[in-house]
Amino acid sequence: MPNTMLEVNELTTKYVTRFKEDVYAVDHVSLKVEEGRSLGIAGESGCGKSTLALSLMGYYFPPLHYMSGDIIINGKNISGMDPDEVRKLVLGTEIAYIPQAAMNALNPTQKIISFIEDVVQAHELYQTKKEIYELARKCFDTLGLPEDALQKYPVELSGGMKQRVVIAVSVLLLPKVLIADEPSSALDVTSQKMVIKMLRQLMEVGFISSLIFITHELPLLYNVTDDIMVMYAGQIMEKATSKEAVFDPLHPYSKGLMGSIIVPEKGLRNVKLTAIPGVPPNLKKPPTGCRFAERCKYVRPECTLHAIPLREIGGGRMYRCILSEKELRETYAREAHKNVK
Amino acid sequence: MSNERNLCLSASGLTKVFGFGRQKTAAVDHVDINLYEGEVVSIVGESGSGKTTLAKMLLGLLGPTEGDIYFQGKKRDISTQRKKQEYWKNIQAIFQDPFSSYNIFDKVDAVLLDCIHMRGGRKLPHEKKIEIMAEACSFVNLKFEELTNKYPFELSGGQMQRLMIARIFLLKPKILLADEPTSMIDACSRATILDELMQLRNETGMTVIFITHDIGLAYYVSDSVYIMEHGKFVESGTADDVILHPKEPYTKRLISDVPKIHEEWDLSTV
Repeated sequence: MPNTMLEVNELTTKYVTRFKEDVYAVDHVSLKVEEGRSLGIAGESGCGKSTLALSLMGYYFPPLHYMSGDIIINGKNISGMDPDEVRKLVLGTEIAYIPQAAMNALNPTQKIISFIEDVVQAHELYQTKKEIYELARKCFDTLGLPEDALQKYPVELSGGMKQRVVIAVSVLLLPKVLIADEPSSALDVTSQKMVIKMLRQLMEVGFISSLIFITHELPLLYNVTDDIMVMYAGQIMEKATSKEAVFDPLHPYSKGLMGSIIVPEKGLRNVKLTAIPGVPPNLKKPPTGCRFAERCKYVRPECTLHAIPLREIGGGRMYRCILSEKELRETYAREAHKNVK
Repeated sequence: MSNERNLCLSASGLTKVFGFGRQKTAAVDHVDINLYEGEVVSIVGESGSGKTTLAKMLLGLLGPTEGDIYFQGKKRDISTQRKKQEYWKNIQAIFQDPFSSYNIFDKVDAVLLDCIHMRGGRKLPHEKKIEIMAEACSFVNLKFEELTNKYPFELSGGQMQRLMIARIFLLKPKILLADEPTSMIDACSRATILDELMQLRNETGMTVIFITHDIGLAYYVSDSVYIMEHGKFVESGTADDVILHPKEPYTKRLISDVPKIHEEWDLSTV
């Protein structure tokens, strides 16, 4: 049985606003990432994807607060730990995080190599500058980045290059889990492809053991990750393998998301994109029943009565809907039939 | 069929040179473009290929170094402010960044009110103006009651971009230039915005110029596609021809850079 690299049980975190209102941005989320697997997290903006990423690595600085649940990274339970302690204990060595605008992390007045020295020395693992240089050089070499980039200032590198440099720096200390939060959305398509290629390479050469990839671009997720988890309003709506999630989504929200995919392939022009009307609910006062109910096409009166549990249907697949798998499939089939007519 | 179509906007030998001496670069290099009424055209290229410079010249925000632009058969004249304003009644734009498209000191209503005034509705009674604004908002599935008396920063990116479309709905220009209208918006709202734009086009029959780096998007919306590299068009034709059967290596590369779901995505080419 493969080792579990990251295990999260019923994690709940909240934001506290200026007016002391609680916003539960991550609500009872459980997930498990095994060695050698990658997990994609999809969802609209404002669904708690990035908050989940911050919560996973114990980055609890106000207004974000830890409420309950366990986070176990490679056997170490970090739930409720002080962020400073987390940074010393696990950040960089067990878990690493690449934010959306990672390239802005580079110091414009420092050469890349002195930035790397600072990062590595903060963990007190390597002593001399020579050792650090050797480490960085090897890492850059393996990932296909030019060695002379180490001696350059950030302004001398292109946007895509900066992003790849930051990714390389984040895996220098060989973390077990890498969380990439929209690492390519600010880049053009060619740089995006290079970043994606690099992320895959990281897994192949063994720099990281598992990857969590967060984005709203579903075609990207499909090409990068093994499993896809769909989040909505702080909750998991569906979890399935990438193939099932894209071609055979069960939850109406996932169905809507998959209907908005745009790829330059034959037949796209004849398909009408299915946009989901409305906006995600205000989490200050979350709806009592299903959180997706007010935007759902197939809503029933009983949907809004009480919270809907996550159903497991075997093979690690789960979804959160009042309708059974059979009912959902029948509904979709009927709709597809209607569209053909 | 091409004989029946009326030429709406065209340009010949359009060039824009930035810098001088050794720094001289032609951002747009002798470009010819013909836009017919009611057509949806996409201009696709990487960053730095001169798409936005071309758009700015067509809009009249930037003077060309060389070449002429013809609007409805006549040479475009925007030499005075009054003539410029007259021209802008016919051509309008939606920009990439909705957050910087608004005056942050003005309320949302003022944006729409301006459009009504521009269309000669200055003397209409207040109730009528409200009615028109509400209609424009409902066209883009926004509720006017929720927007009124709000400042732009209180809206989400998707809402702002949709309000931009509501503006276009009120102005009813002959040409709409959309410069990467969905690149800062997440995939869900993107579908909504594209649908609304296309619906607007079907209702008003305006010409739409899409500027994008996402070739999938270009394929979905447009009738014809121009591929731009280093200030020149390298390939053009109908969307099906260019994107399903690309001839130029540059076009092939652009298409291979976009993730696919039905075909294998080849990562070895970068």
